[in-house]
Amino acid sequence: MKTNNILLKFILGAYLVVFFGYLLGPLVVMSITAFNSPSFPKLTPWECLTFEWFDVLAHDERILNGIENSFVIGIGTVILSVIMGLAGALLLTQIWPKLRATYYTIVIAPILIPGVVLGISTLVFWDRMSIMLGMSSGGILHNGIFLTILGQSTFIASYCMLVFIARLQRFDTGLTEAALDLGATQVQAFRKILLPFMKPAIGSAAVLAFLASFENYNTTTFTFGKYPTLTIELAQKVRYGINPSISALAFIIIALTILGALAHEIYRRRQQLALANGAPVAAVSGGFQLPKFFRGNPAAIILVLLALGGASTIWFAQSYSPNACKMDVREQKQLLQQERIKAIREKRQLEQQQKQHQGPDVFSGSKSGSPATQSPGKGAFGNVFAPGNLDKSGPAAKPDEPAKSPGKGAFGDVFSPKNLDQAAPKED
Amino acid sequence: MTKGVDVDLENVWIRFGDFVAVREANVNIKGGEFFSFLGPSGCGKTTILRSVSGFLEPSEGTVRIGGRDMTGIGPNKRPTALIFQNLALFPLMKIWENITFSMEVKGASKAERRKRADELLEMIALPDQGEKLPSELSGGQKQRVAIARALCAEPDVLLLDEPLSALDLKLRQHMRTELREIQQRVGITFIYITHDQGEALTMSDNVAVMRAGVVDQIGSGHTVYNDPATPFVASFVGENNVFRGKVKSIDGDMALISTNRTGELLARIATTAQGTLKVGDPAMLFVRPEALNIAPDITPAPNRFAAMVKHEEFEGQIYNVFLEGSEGKEIKMSLVNIGTERQSAEGMNLTLEYVPEQAVVLPAGELASE
Ligand SMILES: Nc1ncnc2c1ncn2[C@@H]1O[C@H](COP(=O)(O)OP(=O)(O)OP(=O)(O)O)[C@@H](O)[C@H]1O
Ligand SMILES: [Mg+2]
Repeated sequence: MKTNNILLKFILGAYLVVFFGYLLGPLVVMSITAFNSPSFPKLTPWECLTFEWFDVLAHDERILNGIENSFVIGIGTVILSVIMGLAGALLLTQIWPKLRATYYTIVIAPILIPGVVLGISTLVFWDRMSIMLGMSSGGILHNGIFLTILGQSTFIASYCMLVFIARLQRFDTGLTEAALDLGATQVQAFRKILLPFMKPAIGSAAVLAFLASFENYNTTTFTFGKYPTLTIELAQKVRYGINPSISALAFIIIALTILGALAHEIYRRRQQLALANGAPVAAVSGGFQLPKFFRGNPAAIILVLLALGGASTIWFAQSYSPNACKMDVREQKQLLQQERIKAIREKRQLEQQQKQHQGPDVFSGSKSGSPATQSPGKGAFGNVFAPGNLDKSGPAAKPDEPAKSPGKGAFGDVFSPKNLDQAAPKED
Repeated sequence: MTKGVDVDLENVWIRFGDFVAVREANVNIKGGEFFSFLGPSGCGKTTILRSVSGFLEPSEGTVRIGGRDMTGIGPNKRPTALIFQNLALFPLMKIWENITFSMEVKGASKAERRKRADELLEMIALPDQGEKLPSELSGGQKQRVAIARALCAEPDVLLLDEPLSALDLKLRQHMRTELREIQQRVGITFIYITHDQGEALTMSDNVAVMRAGVVDQIGSGHTVYNDPATPFVASFVGENNVFRGKVKSIDGDMALISTNRTGELLARIATTAQGTLKVGDPAMLFVRPEALNIAPDITPAPNRFAAMVKHEEFEGQIYNVFLEGSEGKEIKMSLVNIGTERQSAEGMNLTLEYVPEQAVVLPAGELASE
């Protein structure tokens, strides 16, 4: 039994590691590539810690413009979706009970319809409308921001409605009746009783709507017109090759998300504590509550550590300059290239010598067993030209080389177009 | 404070689809009166109250408040204030804001509202609690806040829907007297709903007893208790021993009933049945446990019957004796504890008697199910 338990725990632990690795791994990798200097997002040949990609990002007009459009559209979508969602949810509570199920199905349907379809239909519908109304093609009905807000709101409003329905189910309609009974008008009862009750749900729905709008691609791609959002810009960028400034953007988004989650968690905890103590919220916002909040929540500790890490990174970025490191890397690269050039030169010399000798067979039989004979593959060159071997390789080994190395790899490396390009100017 | 006004229900029917929740209710409630609707759960009490406060329109008939027809007038325009079965205090508002909500919606200034709230908090003996939230008060305190909130609206009629049902016995008894005091102080009409007959009898000037949507009887507590109009009222208000049988003879307002199991018994015909009850009609005879006594001798008489003591319950002030009459008929007798030795013991055969004027005869009908 006991070993069974240990085994179970082990499996569970391994599962958790794999699971979280799967969930968070890509994010971590992407974030790290934002700080590596190569111009393609890479993790493994770690070259230099750099913050230049944030700089690049900050000067990328298209990305900045995309972010701006995303914000404008996000805010528009939040306003429209929250209002429509709230109205839809309220109608559900008022509607004739027999119609309720049908109504619910209809208003939830947009969530189930593919976003692509919503995008196309928004475009087509408003195009028709604009023609019917006799508007010019530059009119508001063809405006990308207007269309995107409408298109996204068709389904985001349904999400909001679900949030509101959940909250409304806990509303005691007796409270509205009590307000009416005490002389309030319907509007006053709504504003003073129902709306304050819905406030937390409105907040959640707004955040949800904004995030859904910000990350939307498939509906937006049909409606954005002249106003590409961030997701559209990113998708277009990827088509023409990316650089780590995208990782930098990802890092910023992840960091903001974590900070937001942290702030929300702290707020929620305080609310909970306040409820548990039956005291007003203000009473528990003292500093002494914070440790309690941590005790109960390891995730919060990790979040705080991450936040601290982020803050210290930013501070570090102010004082650190990657130039020295970059120079090093450049030097190393140059060294490597010079070695390769050397190798190529030597090889050419060899070839020429061979042609002069015209008798490689004599040497091929020799038992001197140079490393090249034993390792025909890619390694051939590496070994032959390793600094150690170079010194030793006397004239005896030289004729041996071309005859015995059958591997394509030997030349492949040297003559790969990239290397040739780099090597060429240096040769002169 | 405003003087209380009359509330009249004229031939009021309330239907939900095919279901009739209230059937032909005719009730006249006088201004400044403490009036109760008493009836078992689901008999339509809340429904009647909601039609008075304006949350639902009667399917037929009219509701008048102060002589004015209320048809088509919404709850926020009626001079009523309702205290809900679950109180319905606004959970997100402070106590003082709750109390003065009716002033807030009329646009009263904050200073005005605070002042009024302090007065009312004083009245309900909760000074200095104005800054709390409803969730921070005890059940009885919430109760009083709900009353203050309703009174703050200065209604002509205060409607109370079982406001004490959530409280424990001790607090309930305390709140009863408090409510009665408040009513006498402010002098407005109180319409009170309860399924607790003790509550109805102690507080009310008049009681309407309801059964499944029908108002069976309206009268003072005394009348309803001593002179019930239907077997339902007789069995629902207080306790009663019921003897079923047929009318054998009638002499003035007295009737001799030949009961199914207990022989012939004599009793007064209830006021509502006088003149209509005829010889041979199926009838019911009701004798209250406290009207029964141990007869001094065993001479048979039409106000006497035999029974065997099964067990007793001592309650201090009185003791209840449970007996078995002929053919297994269950009988309950309450004897006042006058300090002498107990006159009965288990297994003892007794002859019980009652004053015939204290027992009532009614045409047979539906009883309240225990
Ligand atoms: N909105 C409604 N739709 C359909 N039936 C209803 C509705 N409201 C009440 N009823 C029915 O009317 C009857 C009377 O209900 P009501 O709420 O008046 O009872 P009540 O006397 O107040 O009972 P309780 O003492 O349990 O509060 C019940 O049978 C109830 O099922
Ligand atoms: Mg009720």
